[in-house]
Amino acid sequence: MIKIKAKDVDVFYGKKQALFNISLDIEENQVTALIGPSGCGKSTFLRCLNRMNDVIDICSVKGKILINDFNINDKSCDVVRLREKIGMVFQKPNPFPKTLYENVSYGPTIHGMAQSKQEMDEIVETSLKKAALWKEVKDRLHEPGTGLSGGQQQRLCIARAISVRPEVILMDEPCSALDPIATAQIEELIDELKKEHTIIIVTHSMAQAARVSQNTGFFHLGQLIEHGSTDKIFKNPDSTKTQDYITGRFG
Amino acid sequence: MNLILFTFIVLLGFTSYYFGRKKAYSIQSTKKRLTALPQFYGYYLAIWCAIPAFIIFSLWAIFEPTIVKLLILSDYSNQGYLDDELNLIYEKTKALSRGQFTGEITPFIKASAEKYLSLRSIAQSSKAVIVLSIIIASVAYAYKRISSNSRTREPVEKFLNAVLFTASLAAILTTVGIVFSLIFQTIDFFKVIPLFDFVFGTHWYPAKAFVRDSSEALDPTMYSDTFGAVPIFAGTFFIAFIAMCVAIPIGLMSGIYLAEYASYKVRQYAKPLIEILAGIPTVVYGFFAALTVGPFLKELGTSMGLEVSAESALAAGGVMGIMIIPFISSLSDDVITSVPQSLRDGSYAMGATKSETIKRVIFPAALPGIVGSILLGVSRAIGETMIVVMASGLAANLTLNPLESTSTITAQIVVILIGDQAFGDPKTQAAFALGMSLFLVTLCLNIVALRVVKKYREKYE
Repeated sequence: MIKIKAKDVDVFYGKKQALFNISLDIEENQVTALIGPSGCGKSTFLRCLNRMNDVIDICSVKGKILINDFNINDKSCDVVRLREKIGMVFQKPNPFPKTLYENVSYGPTIHGMAQSKQEMDEIVETSLKKAALWKEVKDRLHEPGTGLSGGQQQRLCIARAISVRPEVILMDEPCSALDPIATAQIEELIDELKKEHTIIIVTHSMAQAARVSQNTGFFHLGQLIEHGSTDKIFKNPDSTKTQDYITGRFG
Repeated sequence: MNLILFTFIVLLGFTSYYFGRKKAYSIQSTKKRLTALPQFYGYYLAIWCAIPAFIIFSLWAIFEPTIVKLLILSDYSNQGYLDDELNLIYEKTKALSRGQFTGEITPFIKASAEKYLSLRSIAQSSKAVIVLSIIIASVAYAYKRISSNSRTREPVEKFLNAVLFTASLAAILTTVGIVFSLIFQTIDFFKVIPLFDFVFGTHWYPAKAFVRDSSEALDPTMYSDTFGAVPIFAGTFFIAFIAMCVAIPIGLMSGIYLAEYASYKVRQYAKPLIEILAGIPTVVYGFFAALTVGPFLKELGTSMGLEVSAESALAAGGVMGIMIIPFISSLSDDVITSVPQSLRDGSYAMGATKSETIKRVIFPAALPGIVGSILLGVSRAIGETMIVVMASGLAANLTLNPLESTSTITAQIVVILIGDQAFGDPKTQAAFALGMSLFLVTLCLNIVALRVVKKYREKYE
């Protein structure tokens, strides 16, 4: 099943074009990895999918991005609803300077998803459990989220993202600020999360892409050079550029 | 004369810098490695020129007048003059030598004045000779000493360190000096006026103290009910309160607008424009309050059947609030802007709108900084003088009616110290007591504000 269909997407920062004619299909309940050297546009593409580029004044996006066959670049698209459906985890853990509980209940509160305190407690508990953080923090839910370790903070951000039960989770190099053990925990978590969510992950680590993803897209200088199943991209790529990048000859 | 000498020394300094550097270059040309860059050798010699000059100049400034005075007055010794009379003779001599003496010129004084002039010229020329010869000697000594492996970098760095240290020491000592003068005068004041009367008295009427003839003995009982500071403390806080009622909402909202909503272009123009408000002299705000706002409020009040004084706490407080807007707006804008973008992204990515993000994430994160900016605004409001003097009247009424005139600590200090005043008089000392209490209040506010701001910084950096 195709979940997201990008068609001829161009992105401009002012006059400078950052993405050229990207067309990419993303499969439901699978992990899609976007790889490529720094500045190749993979994060920019990721931010198109929940219209986070709106926040940047000079950024403009052209082309169609269909999610469940609905074009999110259409004027009638409600960004608030869109971002409720499409969660995002950032490169650097960014918990709000609030308690753990408030961090997780933030999304459900602004979307009015809980009718009672009890319901909210349940949402917080299940989100933290899904993010594999519940056992570590259940006794200190009312302490500040910024007091956790880096890996725990990132899992808290994942819990925050899944608290509104999004269909898609975008991850922008979620492990680049973490140590190997925390990285392994997050990767395990990604594998678990794909049962219920479609996941798109931007990563600098080829090994990580190979470990966690089923599909891979390779970006270079704002262009999507090649995309397909991770197996194929890593073992038998069509393009020599892909081959060079994966074997570490450039990038 | 002094100016010529000074110019000469500066020139000498430059010359010694030049020679020091030149010597370094010539050492370098013999393929020897220097321990420092050539200009350090130059600076090193220049310092050898500056330090002796400075020492001799200061010694001279300290001892020359004393010695001259001793020499002049030695002519009058053993003639049975009292110290005061001797001082008077010396002052007359100095005045005559400047040609500013208007009294009767006795031969004695004329002789002294001539002697004074000749002593001064001897002192000047000997100073010039001594300074120049010592400088040249010290520079020559240093010049001979420097070689390829002499240490010049460390002394130069140490010298700079000492200069900078002296500068900050001067600033600190001035503060300490001012505080101590406040403390001693305040203590004197409280020797006459009981602390209790000052802190809890409800009548402030320093004009009563004007009637005392300074030749009369001090009678503390005549000051009862004169220096009760409650009305002016109340007035100070009341006017500051009115000012903050204007400044906090407007300043905060414009700060939020500038930081979060304004486009880059609007911000580029609006922020400097708002900051211009901070550059307007307070006296201009003062006559704006006294001549425009005050009469306007009076007319408005009269048309509604209210009795409004032309000089009202409302006019002064309102205009003071406008004056404080840029502080709060600009500081809170800075604080809000420095909340990391990642927090905004995190909130937007959850589907929060701009106003939800501001209310739930940014404002709480920036709150300590905002509180700090408000406290700084309050301490400005409490210390503001001109607007109150001009727009709120000088009568210290104890009232909570914003339409009446009230007075503040600062305005009362102005009232007390305008015109003639005598040191050691309770009326004058009252100004010091008021200044001291004002200082304490703003000091506490500033300490709290800085603590709060610092705590906020630690959280994000």
